Parts: sequence; C-alpha cells; structure tokens
Amino acid sequence: MFEGNLSLKLGNFQLDSGPFAFHSEGVTALFGRSGSGKSTLLRAMAGLDRRTRGSLRYHDEVWQDGRRALPAERRDIGMVFQHAALLANRSVRGNLAFAEQRAPRDRGPAIDRNEIIERTGIGPLLDRSVANLSGGERQRLAIARALIGRPRVLMVDEPLAALDWRAKAELLDLFESVIHDFGIPTILITHAPLEVERLADRVVFMDAGRVERVESLRAALDRVDSPLFTEEGPVASLTGHVEPITDEPRRLRFVTTPQTNDGQPVIFQLGTDGNSIGRGPRRLRVRADDVALARKRIDGISMQNQLPARIERIETTGPGRKAVFLTLNDGQRLVSEVTDRAVADMGLDAGQGVTALVKSAALLR
Amino acid sequence: MTLFGIPLDIHPIWLTLEVAALTTLALLIIGIPLAWWLARMQSRWRVLLEALVSLPLVLPPTVLGFYLIIALGPSGPVTEFLGLFGFEGQLTFNLMGLVIGSVIFSLPFMVQPMMSAFQALPEEVLDAARLMRAGFVDRFVNVILPLARQGLVVGSVLTFAHTVGEFGVVLMVGGNIEGETRLVSIAIFDHVESFEYEQAHLLSAIMVVFSLLTLVSVYLINRRLSARLG
Repeated sequence: MFEGNLSLKLGNFQLDSGPFAFHSEGVTALFGRSGSGKSTLLRAMAGLDRRTRGSLRYHDEVWQDGRRALPAERRDIGMVFQHAALLANRSVRGNLAFAEQRAPRDRGPAIDRNEIIERTGIGPLLDRSVANLSGGERQRLAIARALIGRPRVLMVDEPLAALDWRAKAELLDLFESVIHDFGIPTILITHAPLEVERLADRVVFMDAGRVERVESLRAALDRVDSPLFTEEGPVASLTGHVEPITDEPRRLRFVTTPQTNDGQPVIFQLGTDGNSIGRGPRRLRVRADDVALARKRIDGISMQNQLPARIERIETTGPGRKAVFLTLNDGQRLVSEVTDRAVADMGLDAGQGVTALVKSAALLR
Repeated sequence: MTLFGIPLDIHPIWLTLEVAALTTLALLIIGIPLAWWLARMQSRWRVLLEALVSLPLVLPPTVLGFYLIIALGPSGPVTEFLGLFGFEGQLTFNLMGLVIGSVIFSLPFMVQPMMSAFQALPEEVLDAARLMRAGFVDRFVNVILPLARQGLVVGSVLTFAHTVGEFGVVLMVGGNIEGETRLVSIAIFDHVESFEYEQAHLLSAIMVVFSLLTLVSVYLINRRLSARLG
C-alpha cells in the first residue's frame, strides 16, 4: 500500500499530487500525457530529490514526512530508467555486480541470478562493454540489474519510449512475464494506453501535476470517457494464456481465464504463426473497432472468431457512434464500437445475446 | 654535467619537476572536492566563486605574487595565523612558497576540467547508483570518479605542465636563490641576462619538447577517453 501527498517544484513545474492511496501488489500504471507530472511523482516517491515535501508511507514505513525523508538508498527500490542509466565504465557483468554486491542478504525477494540472466536474455552479452549494446539490450540489462538488487518495489520509467517497434514488442512480453512470475510490486510510468492495458492492474491518472483518480484497470476500461481511449477508442483487455493448437503446432490460440465461478474459457484464434510470440500467460488486447456484432453465427465469413456474448449496456462514444459493452461466457468484458444506425437496425439492447465477430488478424499485432 | 658539449646545471630541472609534482598532488586533494562542490552548487554565489577560481588566468602573475608575499611573508597574516599553532618556519623564498604560489596560480587548470567532467555526468546514472544502495562515499569513489576520470587526468596533466611553465609568481614568491628556488624558467632568464645563449638555448629546447609532449598527451587522452565513453 502506498499512501501519501507529495509536492516538488522543479523549475517551472509544480507537482502537487494531492492525497493518494493505492495498493502496491501487481502493477500500478502512472498514466498521463507528457508534462502531467508522472516522472516527477516517481522521483518524489523514490526519494531522489531532496526538495520533495509532504508525506509518503509504504505499508507501515514512513518514507517522507515533511522535510524528513528516508534516503533513496535505503528504500529498496529497483528502478528501470527511460535511458537505462547504465554505468558506462563497467561491462554488462560489472553493472550486474554493482547491484548484486549492494543487495541486502536478509530481505527482499531472492531471485536466482542465473534465472534473471536467462529470462532477460543477457547471457551472451555478459563480457561486452555497455557502450556497444543496442537500445533493447540496454533495457534488458537495466531490468536484470534492477531485479538482481532484491528490490521490494520495482519502478519503471517509460522503458519502451526510446525503442523501435520490434524491441518494444519483445520488451513488453519480457516485462509482462517477469512481472507476472516474480511478483514484485511495480510502478510503471507510461503515456501509452497499450502498455497500461497489457501490464497494469490499476491506473493512477495524472494531469497538471495532480493525481486525478486511482482506478482498477477493469474500472478504467469500463467507462467510455476513459483517458485510455483518447487515441484508439475503447479497448478490452482479457486475461488468459497463449498456446499452440494441438494438431497445428505452428498456429496459436488464446485461451481466457474465466473470471466467474461458472464461467467457461473463451478461445480466440490468433492471426499469427509467429515464433516471436511467447507462449504462456499474457493479456489479449481487443480494440472495439475490430469487433463486429451479429444476431447469430455466420458461415462463409473471414472473421474466424465468433463468440457468444451478452450485451451489458450501450453508451454513446461520439457523434453517430456507440460502444456496446459485452460480457463473454468467461465473465470477461469485450467492447464493440458500432454506428447508431446499426444499433437501431438490429434493435440491440441490454440483456440480449449476440455473436461477437473478431478478425483473428487483428489480434496480437 | 654537460649536454651536447654545453654545461647544464641539472638542479633547476629536478626542482621544477619536484614543485610541479607536489603542486599537482596538492591540487588533486584540494581540487576534487572544490570542483564537485562548485559543479553541484545551485546558489547564485556560484558565479562569483567560479570567477575567483579563474582569476589567476587573467591576473598578471606579479599581482598574485605581490599579494602572496604580503600574505605569506614573515609578518603576514597567514604566517601569524599558523604561528598560533606553533608554526615557526617560513613560507616565502623556499620550496613551500613555490608550491603554495603554484597551487593558487594553477587552480583553474585543475578545477575547470574537473568541473566540466562532473557537470557532464548523467543525473540518471547517479540516481541509479543511489537506488542500488550506494551511499555518497561509495558513489563518489565507485561511480563519480571513474566516470569523471577524463577531467581528472586532463586537469592533472595541465596543472603539471602549467606549473613547469610558470615564471612570474615563482620569481616573486620564491626569489631566485641558486640551488634553492631557481626553477628552469628563471634559469633561462638568468642565462639570457648574462648572455649565456648556449645554455639558454639548451634549456629552452628542453622546455619546448616537454610542453609539446604534454599537450600531445592531453589531446590523446581526450580522444581515447571520449571514444570509450561514447
């Protein structure tokens, strides 16, 4: 649990978070446009700026009380910076050793060194100088270095911002699996809704140096005016795992994890034969744009995923457009964005059963 | 001894090297904390302090030498202050005076390269070291100094070379006592005054070669280190 109210003035920017509180388990996203104060709040929470004022508690530990602050070096935070912040005078191995030598023996999660190296894929780089690493490799090392220091909290500041799309996709998968498997409470800064929908359990919305509201991801994806929807429109995020189809090992499918007791898993055919996509637990992000609705199953159509669903409610998203919030058989949410006309012509209304059509090619891209 | 058939008094050369080495050592000890403090300073007084450190660059050496004689002389304030702690020696016209004068005169040559090296350190890296639980001394020794070593090396080489090339201040503070405070630059002046052009030539040529080598090494260090640090 994080609980506090922090202020910090940096040049012309003033952070005045206002009172906030959120659970620390899982992943908390600090979300807002650039200049909203995400990074400043993170610096203040990490204790990196001694001009920070206000209060901050982590569980029953006081991290900040007025001017008094627990030094950053005693907060047990593992930080992954936007530009990796590697020690340029040391090798990859030397960077890991720096964190490892200073890690406490008696507290924090002990993750096996070799497992960290293997999972982040930096094994072949150990003897390289950090000057010769690519952007993606630098971030992998930054993640490994943060984990090896036995952090109680992982803080991650826009780690994908400076990377090309391929490295971004790989790192997103890595973050998703590492955070899931090692279970270290994580605070993630991002301005990309996609990263929130893939990684976060709850969202701290920031604007103009203030914490506007704290919501679970589910709640944040359940309102049409969510700041997460400004770029791409409504999106659903489903929990489940990726596995190969039994008799066609090159093709993959996504099997959801039911969220209700009597729920049945829902299966999505994925439009990729890629070996680049990791198997195992992850989230499936489905844009409302990519979901069409039908009264019943349709044969002879290219959309391979036809899923029975129930309409929960219908809301207006913009002129002439409506979002239809659907509940799948597993209890999870899907959203479809359709025109007013389609709603009127089909006579759609809350409580009805429909078939949701999703192009498999639109998934996991 | 003689070199190329010209008589050469070796003592000024040794003395010059000794003064330069002591000055460089003293300035490393004074300069590192001073440069760090100035580089991190937020106060508006920083401009004044930076100007004070750089003053020896523009001040005529005679002005500096004059004030040093006054301050360090047998009845000067510094000597009297040290006298309170039982100091009975002399601070001018000996090796001590030469070193004190050189330290002040060469201060900007040590502090400025170190300051720019400290200022160029990426803030994120220092923050990362803190979060990896490195306290201040740990960070300073294991992160800050290694990353700023270019400034340290360049500052030291420049200080050494500049001290070797000094004339005005050491003449005034040290006097020109043969075998005690006569440095190479002063020895050349003496030779010229007494029309011993051969000896002047020899010592001057040694100085030209030495200075050239020093500058070449500074540029080499700069290139190699900046290439390595990317």
